[in-house]
Amino acid sequence: MTLVKISDDALARACGADALAAAFEKKGCEVHRVSSWGMQWLEPLVEIDGKGFGPATADDVDAILDGSSDLAIGAIEDHPFIASQQRLTFARAGKTRPTSLEDYAATGGWSGLKRAREIGAEQIVEEVLHSGLRGRGGAGFPAGIKWRTVAQTPGAQKYIVANADEGDSATFADRMVMEGDPYALIEGMAIAGKAVGASQGYVYLRSEYPDAIAKMNRALELCADIIAPFKCEVRVGAGAYVCGEETSLLNSLEGKRGEVRAKPPLPAIEGLFGRPTVVNNILTLAAVPHILGEGGANDYEALGMGRSKGTMPIQLAGNIKHGGLYETAFGITLGELINDIGGGTASGRPVKAVQVGGPLGAYLHPDQFDIKFDYEEYTASEALIGHGGITVFDDTADMGGMARFAMEFCAAESCGKCTPCRIGSVRGVEIIDRMREGRSRGTLERQPQMHNTPKQDRSAEDEVVLLADLCDVMKSSSLCALGGFTPYPVVSAMRYWPEDFSDDPESVTRALERIGT
Amino acid sequence: MSKEQRLGEIIAEHHGREGPLMPILHDVQAEFGCVDAESEAIIAKGLNLSRADVHGVVSFYHDFHTAADQRPEVQICRAEACKARGVEALMTDAEAAAGERVKLSTVYCLGLCSVGPNARIGDDLHARLDSTRLTKLIESA
Repeated sequence: MTLVKISDDALARACGADALAAAFEKKGCEVHRVSSWGMQWLEPLVEIDGKGFGPATADDVDAILDGSSDLAIGAIEDHPFIASQQRLTFARAGKTRPTSLEDYAATGGWSGLKRAREIGAEQIVEEVLHSGLRGRGGAGFPAGIKWRTVAQTPGAQKYIVANADEGDSATFADRMVMEGDPYALIEGMAIAGKAVGASQGYVYLRSEYPDAIAKMNRALELCADIIAPFKCEVRVGAGAYVCGEETSLLNSLEGKRGEVRAKPPLPAIEGLFGRPTVVNNILTLAAVPHILGEGGANDYEALGMGRSKGTMPIQLAGNIKHGGLYETAFGITLGELINDIGGGTASGRPVKAVQVGGPLGAYLHPDQFDIKFDYEEYTASEALIGHGGITVFDDTADMGGMARFAMEFCAAESCGKCTPCRIGSVRGVEIIDRMREGRSRGTLERQPQMHNTPKQDRSAEDEVVLLADLCDVMKSSSLCALGGFTPYPVVSAMRYWPEDFSDDPESVTRALERIGT
Repeated sequence: MSKEQRLGEIIAEHHGREGPLMPILHDVQAEFGCVDAESEAIIAKGLNLSRADVHGVVSFYHDFHTAADQRPEVQICRAEACKARGVEALMTDAEAAAGERVKLSTVYCLGLCSVGPNARIGDDLHARLDSTRLTKLIESA
C-alpha cells in the first residue's frame, strides 16, 4: 500500500488538505497526517517516498499516483528551500505525526529531559547560559539569566509560563511548533521546570489558533506520565493582542483584565499570583530540548553572529512568492531572505517595503536589504527582529495607509493603562488623516470653548513635527512595547515613503530633519 | 435546566483551578453566545468577586460579548500580511454579500500569513481567498 504523507497543520487544512487526504484514502492509500515542512506556497504538499507534489487538490490524486503529475517538485529534502536551512527547533518538521509519542521518541524526543534530570538544576541553567539562547519573543533577553533568577528566588510554588499569544501578523512559527511538534515545547517546559524548581506550567494560547489548542490539549493528555511530576495545562486567550506582553499575559492568566504591570517587580521574582515565574516564548522553550542534548549547548553557541547565537525560525509572509518557515543561523541578510529564498513578491511586482518583526516593527526599504539578521544590527537601524516575521509589500502598497493602520491597531489593542499608548495612538490616527487629507482641523478644535487651541491650520510641516513629537513621547514613556514600538512603523514609513503622506513630500523630509528623528 | 443552574455547573467545574475566571467566561460565552449582566452577577457571586471585577474582564477582551448575536459570524483577517495580499480590495464585495444577515468581524491574524487573505468561520479556517471564494463562504455561512 502506498504511504502518503500530508500535513494536518492549520495552514495546510485551510488550503484543503483534509479533502486531499480523504481522496488518497479513497484510492486505498495509507495516509499519515504529519507536520508541515513549512513550504507554504506548496501546501497542501503530498509526500510519497520522500518526493513532493504541491499544491495539490483532490483532482490531482490520480496523476500523482501514476507519476504523471506536473506538480512534482522532486525530493523534498533536496529542495533548495529546505536544503539551505539549519533546522534545530524545526528538525522534525514534515517528518513526524505531531501527537504520536512513538514518532517523537523515535526522533530523539525526551532525551533532553532525561539528561536534564541526570545533570540537575544548576547544570541545566549553566548549559542554557552557555548556549547563548535568547528569548525569541522579541526582547531577546538571555534565557539562562531569567532561569537563574527564578531558580535563585525562594518560593514554595513557581511557574513556567509558555507565551503562545503569537499575535503579530506574519508570525506563525509558534503555531507550527504547537501543531507540528507539541512535545518539543512540552519537553522544553518540563526542563525549565526542573531547572528552576517549578512544578506547574501553563501554555497561554491565543483563541485564534483552534487547531493548536486541540493539538496541545491532546499532547498534554498523552504525555502526562512522561513529564510528571511536572504538570502543565493550556489556557486560552480571548482575542487581546496586548496579552502577548508578559505581564499582561500573567494578569490574564490570573483572571484579570490584561493590563500591563509596571516592572519591577520582574515576573521572575513576582510573576503569576505573585510567585517566581519563567515566562518564555514558544520558540525559546522549543529550542531547549536540543540544547540539553549531549553537546547541544556547544553546537548552539557555535551558530549565529555577535551576541545572537543559534538559529532563528524566520517566517516569510505577505506578498512573497515562496512564503513559509525558514530556520537558519543568525546573520543572513534581508535581501537573501526575500529575493533568493522568498523569490520576490507573489504578484511579480517590485518590492516596495518590508516589515520585519510584526505590527510594531519598522518598515525597511529595499535599499536596506544588506542588513544582517541580528538583534543588535536591527536595533542599530531603529528596527527590530521581534518574533522573526517578515511581511513583504509590493509597489501598490500605500505606506501612509500602513502607518495609519499601525496607529489604529495600537488604539484598538491598547490595554488602556498608560496614556501615551491609549490616547497617543488615537491622536496619531487623527494627525495622519489630516496630513493625507489636507490639513483641515477637526471641528472640535474650532469650538469657542477650546480657547487654548490655535485656530489657524497647521502647515504640512507642522503636522509632521507634531506626529514625530507624538511618536517620541510614545516611544519613551509607554509602559510596554505596544505603545513604545508603534512609532517604529510610523516613523520609518514617513522617512522612506514621504510621498505617501503628503502632496508635498519635501515638507515631511524637512520636518523629520528639523526634529532630528 | 435553567440558565442559573447551568451557570452554577460551569462555575463549579472550574472553581478549584488557579485563575478560574477566564475558563469560566469562555464556557459561558460558548454556551450562551454572550456573557450578559445576569451571568456576570452570578459568576461574581460564585467566585466571591465584585460584579465590577467581572464586568471589567468581560469588557476588556474582544472574544466576550455582552449581548448575543444570532447571526452567523465570518471573521476576516485584516492585519498587515493579509493587507499586503490584498484583503482590503475584497471588503466591498464581502460587505455586500454579508448584508444584515451575516456578521462580518475583523480579526488580527489567524497565523496563515503567507497564504492570505484568510477567514475563519467557527473553528474552520479558509485561505487563499479571492472575491468569488470569500463571497461564496459568506453566502453559505
